[in-house]
Amino acid sequence: MGMTDLRVNLSGVELKNPLIPASGTFGFGREFLPYYDLNLLGAISVKGTTGEPRFGNPTPRIAECPAGMLNSVGLQNPGAQAVAKEELPALRQVYTGPIIANISGFSEEEYVRCVERLTGQEQVAILEINISCPNVRHGGMAFGTDPEAAARITRAVKRVATRPVYMKLSPNVTDIVAIARACAEAGADGLSLINTLLGMRIDLQRRRPVLANTYGGYSGPGIFPVALRMVHQVTGAVDIPVIGMGGVTTARDVIEMMMAGAKAVQIGAANLVNPMACPEILAALPGEMEKLGIRALSEIERVPVN
Amino acid sequence: MNYEITENRALTASVHSMRLRGDTGSLTRPGQFVQVALPDFYLRRPISVCEWDRESLRLVYKVVGQGTAAMAEMKPGACLDLLPGLGNGFDTGACGEKPLLVGGGVGLPPLLGLCRALLAQGKKPLVLAGFGTAAEAFLLEDFRALGVPVTVTTMDGSLGLRGLVTDALGDLDYDDVLACGPLPMLKALWRCTGGRGQYSLEERMGCGFGACMGCSVQTAAGSMRVCKEGPVFRGEVLPWA
Repeated sequence: MGMTDLRVNLSGVELKNPLIPASGTFGFGREFLPYYDLNLLGAISVKGTTGEPRFGNPTPRIAECPAGMLNSVGLQNPGAQAVAKEELPALRQVYTGPIIANISGFSEEEYVRCVERLTGQEQVAILEINISCPNVRHGGMAFGTDPEAAARITRAVKRVATRPVYMKLSPNVTDIVAIARACAEAGADGLSLINTLLGMRIDLQRRRPVLANTYGGYSGPGIFPVALRMVHQVTGAVDIPVIGMGGVTTARDVIEMMMAGAKAVQIGAANLVNPMACPEILAALPGEMEKLGIRALSEIERVPVN
Repeated sequence: MNYEITENRALTASVHSMRLRGDTGSLTRPGQFVQVALPDFYLRRPISVCEWDRESLRLVYKVVGQGTAAMAEMKPGACLDLLPGLGNGFDTGACGEKPLLVGGGVGLPPLLGLCRALLAQGKKPLVLAGFGTAAEAFLLEDFRALGVPVTVTTMDGSLGLRGLVTDALGDLDYDDVLACGPLPMLKALWRCTGGRGQYSLEERMGCGFGACMGCSVQTAAGSMRVCKEGPVFRGEVLPWA
């Protein structure tokens, strides 16, 4: 009987499988409890957290797209204090695996303050620093579209972090490799990519944008090829581990993302249209590996360029 | 979860009634909704449950876009994937003995299941339904079959009283308000009836089960997700209260 090995390792953190629900599509896990046992997941990347509580943008902040969706939620979250005191301990009651804290800010000082608040939480295994939210002004993506700003946030966060730091990158740039290199040189332990692609929809009857915020982030299977390309480019240029994400929907997508160079994979929009997406992908993974003659996921090598 | 369509027919030019067979165990209160997965569309469509029994449910929905248009074309025998039993629904225990159920247009369907539940508890609901014109009216016979008083208003006076539902309030004897309909109707009703009651809101949703934060509204009691803490809100914690 062929036994498949699903384990992967991120900067010394052992994951029993590479599947991680992506930040912003999983809340703090509670909403998925009626559907499955969270302990089957490799890790959980929890909702993006800022220094202060945020409501986010006005509604409508969701729109349908071909092969995906737009969101302009705008980092709604209860703030670092409530996440540390309430959300993470509550998650710990039902889930004992690694937690990835996802951190956002509107200034270097806010990123640092938020990291200081969460880095010491015993549940937190990795810090994922979001410099790529497309839905907030003055911050978020502004730090992720300029190599110098990305490096500055990376250095500032690294000074106070006691856990591996993964910078989450935006695809809304001309050269993602330049941003990735800047983060790596500034001391990032790893990278997460990609965040959503900036897009819009128009209501033809009303002749107005569908989203109250006009533009929003596009996610879902439609962005998968873009995500693969960027992961492949980045992993060809830096030596630190990359968590790949963007439209991953099936077990075959997971393997394809790892062949692009990712060490682990996040599942985002798929969770929202099918709350059982992660367990279903996990169940299908060994069969797909066997078909391809893959015994251990950690042995998958990045495909070369043609 | 898979459900088999047993009936799908037009009630008016744009409103359709679909009956489905499948597990309804997760439906616990009238006013809850289901998320319908449609072939070729990425996001599910949230549709309120009109009424249900142990093995079937009924969705009465309006064609408002391409997704619901595709839903209206589906034939009996076909299967639909639903996430059932979402949202909080109306609290029938907390409402008065003579509640007024106010439905505007396609806000009316969940009030049918609500009416049944109230009658089963020995309460004496009365119904107030508002439409644009007589040709847009639907479900009135279903309510009358339950033996409850039904008052109808239309904007053009082609059926029942001419005007808005709020124009009919003066002649009715009720002790509570349970409502579902367009936002301007809910706001006007809330003002006319002193801010009490339970109101079902609508918002564009991503997931429908509380994960994406797409449908949040700000209220006096903090931010609430229409899909999770709602869609039914008490009069005191509505976004405009």
